Amino acid sequence: MVAHDSGGGGHQHHPPSGFIRKWIFSVDHKVIGIQYYFLALFSVFLGMGLSVLMRIHLVWPNAQLPSWLWPGGGQMTSEEYLALMTMHGSIMVFMVLTTAPQSGFGNFILPIQIGAADMAFPVLNMLSFWVTFLSLMVLGAAFFVEGGPPISGWTAYPPLSALGEIAGPGQGAGQTLWVVGVGIFCIAALLGALNFITTTLDLRAKGMTLSRMPLTVWAWLITAILSLLSFGVLLAACILLLLDRTAGTSFFIPGGLVLTDTPVTDHKGGSPLLWQHLFWFFGHPEVYIAILPGMGVASHILSTFARKPVFGYKAMVAAMSSIGFLGFMVWGHHMFMSGLSPYSAFAFSLLTMAIGVPSAIKTFNWLGTLWGGKIQFNTSMLFALGFVSLFVTGGLSGLFLAQPSIDLYMHDTYFVVAHFHLIMGVAAIFGIFTASYFWFPKMFGRMLNETIGKIHFWITFAGVYAIFMPMHFLGLAGHPRRYADTTGVNYLGPLDEVHYFITIAALITIAAQFLFVINFFYSLKAGQKASENPWNATTLEWSVASPPPFDNFGGQEPVVYRGAYEYGVPDAADDYVPQHLAPAKAGKAH
Amino acid sequence: MPGTLTDDIEIIEAGHGRGGGVPAGGDDDGGDGGSGLPAIPRRAYFTAMQLGLAGIVMFFMALTSSFLVRKGLGTDWVAIALPPVLWFNSLVLLVSSATIQAAGRRLEAGDAQSFRYWWGLTIALGLLFLSGQVIAWRQLAAQGVFLSSNPDSSFFYLLTAAHGLHLAGGILALLYVAFRPWRRSRITQATAAALAGIYWHFMDGLWLFLLALLYLGR
Repeated sequence: MVAHDSGGGGHQHHPPSGFIRKWIFSVDHKVIGIQYYFLALFSVFLGMGLSVLMRIHLVWPNAQLPSWLWPGGGQMTSEEYLALMTMHGSIMVFMVLTTAPQSGFGNFILPIQIGAADMAFPVLNMLSFWVTFLSLMVLGAAFFVEGGPPISGWTAYPPLSALGEIAGPGQGAGQTLWVVGVGIFCIAALLGALNFITTTLDLRAKGMTLSRMPLTVWAWLITAILSLLSFGVLLAACILLLLDRTAGTSFFIPGGLVLTDTPVTDHKGGSPLLWQHLFWFFGHPEVYIAILPGMGVASHILSTFARKPVFGYKAMVAAMSSIGFLGFMVWGHHMFMSGLSPYSAFAFSLLTMAIGVPSAIKTFNWLGTLWGGKIQFNTSMLFALGFVSLFVTGGLSGLFLAQPSIDLYMHDTYFVVAHFHLIMGVAAIFGIFTASYFWFPKMFGRMLNETIGKIHFWITFAGVYAIFMPMHFLGLAGHPRRYADTTGVNYLGPLDEVHYFITIAALITIAAQFLFVINFFYSLKAGQKASENPWNATTLEWSVASPPPFDNFGGQEPVVYRGAYEYGVPDAADDYVPQHLAPAKAGKAH
Repeated sequence: MPGTLTDDIEIIEAGHGRGGGVPAGGDDDGGDGGSGLPAIPRRAYFTAMQLGLAGIVMFFMALTSSFLVRKGLGTDWVAIALPPVLWFNSLVLLVSSATIQAAGRRLEAGDAQSFRYWWGLTIALGLLFLSGQVIAWRQLAAQGVFLSSNPDSSFFYLLTAAHGLHLAGGILALLYVAFRPWRRSRITQATAAALAGIYWHFMDGLWLFLLALLYLGR
């Protein structure tokens, strides 16, 4: 083409020396991955803290909270409860579930797993992180403005979210900051997605064909495609909402509204349903953005610690692709109660239940992978098994909610809260944990403590079931969600004990998460040093030092000779054959 | 989306690894005079551009469906008369697509001076288009039609502003291509110009689509 273009294959790149270029404004995908991870770690504890306050309020609505627990001390109002709920949901969905599995682990691991020296566009990658950070700052600023955070939930349905201060505390500056913060997050997510897809498609090492890619890479690729196609829609919705709030337009605000006896006269004709369509066109793929990386990691780790190839590799890829594809056609199932035509509801219902098919294929293949394996029950494996368990439990209740006739009753009850927390929240968090225990040695060069890890797993596993299983019964009994206080509602009186049980379980489970933090920071300093390949795993990240050098492969390009899951190979020297091992060295099998 | 994946599979298999395609990189001097970033294949830039455009398509499709849904609802839709200057603006943008194409061809032929002429002309036409859009806004405002007047005017201002911002980004990209010292880069100026050209043509096509929507859909 042009004479200036020439290969830079064997050229080694030197790490930047200054602290700021190395750790703050770094363009190294590994540092950026860790930055995302810490952003998510901070956010998950913030989000968890908010949920503790909510659980306490649900059980003791009149409690006088001490000032160390509640700013200013005293009793929490119902509006404050709703503000906590909004921020809990928003922070958990955007800053934890979207950020840690994809941007955190994906950033650190994906380039190494495909044999690349970095992401395709390292500067863009750095920009994605800092835009995400800005988004967290803007979102978090809602805590500190007059009126506090918005009360409209993470779904921000208009007209509540569109009308401004008149609609309630937090609906002024707080809601504006929310809309702007989420809009900024969309931009960061789009930039990140573009980088992930390009890197996966164009930067794979020689021999790393698509059918040899680890399932983790497939999951990150499909997740990035979902992000690319969905976050632009949320961005458009946020801009419309912002204009309704600040510029007097009426995209979402209908006419004839009366708020606390005051008619809203300067808006007419808008459609709150339009927001719901736009929001859920993003929102449903977002569920898969949260869970798909967990599926990839679980598949990867089940195979590694069952010492068996993934059962049905191609079926796994096809299942993830079709889950992603169908994910764009089911947004209406969030709107069965919103005045959707029964005909569209029927179509959305059928398509939603169709997702059960690839989901069942995945579960079947996970069990197939375990079947007859030499299973190693370390902490990472336990969390992967926990992921499968939670995926099944949370997924099954989805089949109930997918049917409009049942959803009419269940909608906006605790049944829905149980469903999405198990499938999207906790299952994805288990994906993050299994990845954390698995890749910590590669990321930081030391092993996490297995004993503390196992205690952490068992308390968390029992804890999340203790928290969320009873919520199904609350929902079946007709307990509405999002209510701050049900004192005096007679039919809910007998359920107080269930709420009490859930709150106690939540407090214990959340306390157990500090085991992870202690383990994390203790091991970071004093953990046992990790070897290059402590798990006897096959993929490329285990062919380099722990932690990997600045440019991953020392300026050399690895060559890949085989698929990602050659475990339990008969006649091989070990029971596994790494992807980068040349055929002559792989033992008699080749 | 599986369809998209399949297409991509073929692209990858065709030019696998560094051996097949033309790798990019300013590392040929062997020192740190390059960008300091690892080399990547030239095609990665084109992949990224296509992906970026896919993201932009989704953004504008969301606004388009909002337009259609909002028009189908309510009784407050008042069709606004599009300012005639828009037709002139459209012509300017169409011509700029031709000039950027001419510029790219000159650069590939190694005629740097001629490239600069055509490239500069494209930037000027882009700025002329944006000025024309602002004139259209001012004409509407003079008639008392503002952003919040009615849903059609809201969408008119929103869509033209969203497109205008994207095009302004394109103008910045053109300036960047013209003035950046390309010796210290991972790609050549010709590659960057080709990428900017794709974006520019896309913005041209996008404008024609939005104009059709605003004209036929009002």
